Amino acid sequence: MKYFVDKNGYYGEFGGAFIPEMLHYNIIEIEHKYKELITSDEYQKLYKKLLKNYVGRPTPLYFCKKYSDQYNARIYLKREDLNYTGSHKINNAIGQALLAKKLEKKKVIAETGAGQHGVATATICALMHLECIIFMGEKDIQRQYSNVIRMKSLGAEVNPVLSGDKTLKDAVNEAIRYWINHPESYYLMGSTVGPHPYPQMVADIQSIISEEIKTQLRKIEGHPDPNYVIACIGGGSNAAGSFYHFLDNDSVTLVAVEAAGLGLTTKKTAASIHCGTKGILHGSMTFVLQDKDGQVIPAYSISPGLDYPGIGPMFANLFVKKRVNFLSSTDEEALLAGYELTRLEGIIPALESAHALAALKKIPFQKEDVVVITLSGRGDKDINVYNKFFLKLSNNESNT
Amino acid sequence: MNQIHNLFKNKNKNILCIYFTAGFPYLNSTEEIIKILQDLPVDLIEIGIPYSDPLSDGMIIQKSNQIALSNGMNISLLFDQIEKIKEKIKIPIILMGYYNQFYQFRENKFLKNCKKSGISGLILPDLPVDIFLQKYQNIFKKYFLSMIFLITPKTNSSRISMLSKISDGFLYIVSSSSTTGSSNSFGEEQISFFKRIKKLSLDIPKLIGFGIKDKKTFDLACKYANGGIIGSSFIQSLDKDKLKKSIIKYIKSIIFDY
Repeated sequence: MKYFVDKNGYYGEFGGAFIPEMLHYNIIEIEHKYKELITSDEYQKLYKKLLKNYVGRPTPLYFCKKYSDQYNARIYLKREDLNYTGSHKINNAIGQALLAKKLEKKKVIAETGAGQHGVATATICALMHLECIIFMGEKDIQRQYSNVIRMKSLGAEVNPVLSGDKTLKDAVNEAIRYWINHPESYYLMGSTVGPHPYPQMVADIQSIISEEIKTQLRKIEGHPDPNYVIACIGGGSNAAGSFYHFLDNDSVTLVAVEAAGLGLTTKKTAASIHCGTKGILHGSMTFVLQDKDGQVIPAYSISPGLDYPGIGPMFANLFVKKRVNFLSSTDEEALLAGYELTRLEGIIPALESAHALAALKKIPFQKEDVVVITLSGRGDKDINVYNKFFLKLSNNESNT
Repeated sequence: MNQIHNLFKNKNKNILCIYFTAGFPYLNSTEEIIKILQDLPVDLIEIGIPYSDPLSDGMIIQKSNQIALSNGMNISLLFDQIEKIKEKIKIPIILMGYYNQFYQFRENKFLKNCKKSGISGLILPDLPVDIFLQKYQNIFKKYFLSMIFLITPKTNSSRISMLSKISDGFLYIVSSSSTTGSSNSFGEEQISFFKRIKKLSLDIPKLIGFGIKDKKTFDLACKYANGGIIGSSFIQSLDKDKLKKSIIKYIKSIIFDY
């Protein structure tokens, strides 16, 4: 367990809880209750039961025949897109909503970028009769409107965030500010970011993904460990869940794919590991896109779930310790990879997941390599962006 | 002994501390605001270093931060501006910023600059206590700089006691669980919190902040603590075109008999 959080909430030199005193009580309360809850049989039983009967887990581990031929390896997709609500975010929403219930909270707040975490939170709040307020950047509201409609239909209040760059980072800021003003609410954070214990909590809860991968591979391949696990990374919840049970096994190569946006050298990027420096964002020490004065630079990516100017502290440590290989994919590479999967396998991936798929072109696989890529969500929400790109592609093809 | 200690040695009640954002309303207004404030019945000045992500701040201060940043304010420039007038500054000055700014500027360099510019204390609301104790407490002492910690109605008594011991100069009492500029008025909950703190007889001066916006709330702060800190409502009152006039008018509204 050398890559996991220490008793003070740090992953090596990263993590911690850099929060104003106004949140101290809430954070301590969550930390204590979470420790108690995670080890309780009652919680585990209820969590697993909901995952099975409400979410539809285990999600399939799908062998991609054509994809495997194309990339000369045995490629599997971990189909988190087939979860109820359309992404891996529902795992975390359930786990934390149970904690909110245990803390006797009546109101849940959450931030969202692509809307997937917002939809998952709104869903579980409807199920558990909790008031739900979602903070979403105004720019993201426009980009992912179908998810806004879903959240509202589920009874959530969607608060447009007008501060900063009006995207995910600003939605987190506003959610934290709201939490300071309404400490009676529970903040259901969607990724492995934020002050301790959130990064640990989200990673623990999402570890169901790698737990299932191991079980499924044992059955299909006769061995629980693949050669590669590949996942896209913004804050890191999907990657943390995919890597969790493989972290201490060095024979498994772990690849996290950041959103390069228009390119790593363009300053229009979301690649915090590649382009960031050590600093504090949203309560934890990590890698941050920032200037020399520590002012946070807005992240850019075509994918609203990845345009976050930081990364979970667990990954900052995994990068420094060289346990995870960090690659990046540009907007265009992701769109092409999404197009390829759609046409080869009939699966439209979320733009976030398409970044992970684009990495297939960058890794020199051996023929017998077993490769697992987590498809974190489905691309219905991104269909307009894809459509525009596909039209452009076919126009270009017909002109040549 | 730094200037904050001197202040409380000579005056222990009705302390008025004014917060404003460096570089707001315009890039060079910092110097002007300091000079105007110190000629008024203001005892202490807290200068906010503008930040892109000020988590503890409400809309008014957030907006002033954005404007200050777009005006071109940064930490080096702020230190230069203060150092230039340090001989003329008669009252203690505290800087307020977020830990990331302090960390990126390199902590030692930041503290040396504070000393050089005549700054008396710092407020870094998101700096964890254990990190302060392990990494910085001794350097603060070396430079005679005060580190001011915050307490809120949710802070339990043992933590209040611990924070009052490591805080230097004064203890910052956040009136209610809120971001800056959010409180409407002091209700029963706030008053009972102030009474609780008063009963603890802590061995350090106390200033109440968050929610002080007029004479009534300032007078209440003075009743239960050594004084009060005003930020958002002062910033809101600043008139870019009539800076001096607007500041005088505002301070007069707080201290009637001036």
